[in-house]
Amino acid sequence: MVTAMRQVETDPRVPVVLAALEEVTDPEIPAISVLELGVIGDVAFEPDADGGERLIVELLPTFIGCPAIEVMRERVGERLRSLHLAEEVQVEVSFAVPWTSDRITQAGREKLGASGFAPPVQLSLTAPSVDPGDLLTMLEVAVCPYCGSRRTTLDNPFGPTLCRAIYHCDACHQPFEGFKAV
Amino acid sequence: MSAGPASDLDSTTRDALAELLLTLADDEFVIGFWDSEWTGIAPILEEDVATSSISQDEIGHARALYELLADLTDDDADRIAFGRDPEAYRHSALLNHARTDWAFSVARRYLYETADAIRLEALAGSSYAPLAALVAKMRREERYHLMHLDAWLRRLAEAGGSAHERLSEGLTRLWPDAMTIFTPLAGERVLVAAGILPEPMEQLRERWLARVMPVMQRLGLPIPSTAQQEGAPSEGGRSEQTDDFRWLHGEFTMVARSEDGASW
Repeated sequence: MVTAMRQVETDPRVPVVLAALEEVTDPEIPAISVLELGVIGDVAFEPDADGGERLIVELLPTFIGCPAIEVMRERVGERLRSLHLAEEVQVEVSFAVPWTSDRITQAGREKLGASGFAPPVQLSLTAPSVDPGDLLTMLEVAVCPYCGSRRTTLDNPFGPTLCRAIYHCDACHQPFEGFKAV
Repeated sequence: MSAGPASDLDSTTRDALAELLLTLADDEFVIGFWDSEWTGIAPILEEDVATSSISQDEIGHARALYELLADLTDDDADRIAFGRDPEAYRHSALLNHARTDWAFSVARRYLYETADAIRLEALAGSSYAPLAALVAKMRREERYHLMHLDAWLRRLAEAGGSAHERLSEGLTRLWPDAMTIFTPLAGERVLVAAGILPEPMEQLRERWLARVMPVMQRLGLPIPSTAQQEGAPSEGGRSEQTDDFRWLHGEFTMVARSEDGASW
């Protein structure tokens, strides 16, 4: 991990990899890239057994059971192989660093809003707890992506995909979906 | 003390860890499949979405746990999940019952989620790094399950009438089997010594009861008898299957059995 981080800073090919990943979008919300979604972990070049090099990219699932992760893995691999930066490209699904909704970038949050999804409430859930008080942090106010009102209610903390919840805006009477804080 | 990658473990520790991972995975897998039975027929539309989503979470957790196990034992996660006879599953006896009615399913899932939360709380400190990392991620998702089931338990209990009655019946029937979530594992001493399981199951069971029983008492719901509280996990614990489970096994292995070894 430490080696990989150092390479992120020094290897001139890493920015090329990251720029390419900006073009790979979420299969279900095409407005946002995998990079903006925060699902890209470490990026590293490592020597392989045949004297060549291997590009290893960590992919962090939003939710463990997310069925879109395989599609993302294929798309990331395909895009990076087309760069011909290394003999082999390996995209590894990893939980070593947990994905949290705080990983979504500012640009990503804005794009979610423009697509009709309320961005997740930003939380620092570094130490998740099951205390009842902590459960309440999930009920923070979501901002309506259509009219910007904060007069919204959570209809269902579970939605059409694992990462989304269903809300209702009491101001513009529009139902909308929001990303879960996790 | 920190247990490194799987290759650093001696065979006794590896076997004990494999047993732990199998029980965790089978629990998540089987409850996920039981409650997915509610998809399309839950009491209200919103609950249909919720229960389906929670079940999908659990099956996802099971998959990740089966993969940890497959890495450890040089096996294949799909084979472990779908390629065993019913008798080889090691889920808790709590999961040996059909879904029955909605109150029964709420009673079971409440017991399961609260017990699982205690277990995951402990395993977050596991010295086996791949497990600790996965558990940290699982807990972020499980919080939503806890919140949801807590609301359902209160909703049915406070409604009185047949809702309270059915919930109570379900709990009375399930309490003894729920204890088997904390049935001590064969290799438990080794796991505790290595810090892989930071605390013995018996201690976790006590913590769970201390957290859950006051809630039940406040809601006028049944609590386990003193004898049940003191352990004595029901006969068989995690190794005795029922016809209900054998039926579910037939359902969830149907596709895998239809084309042996096929890649989906």
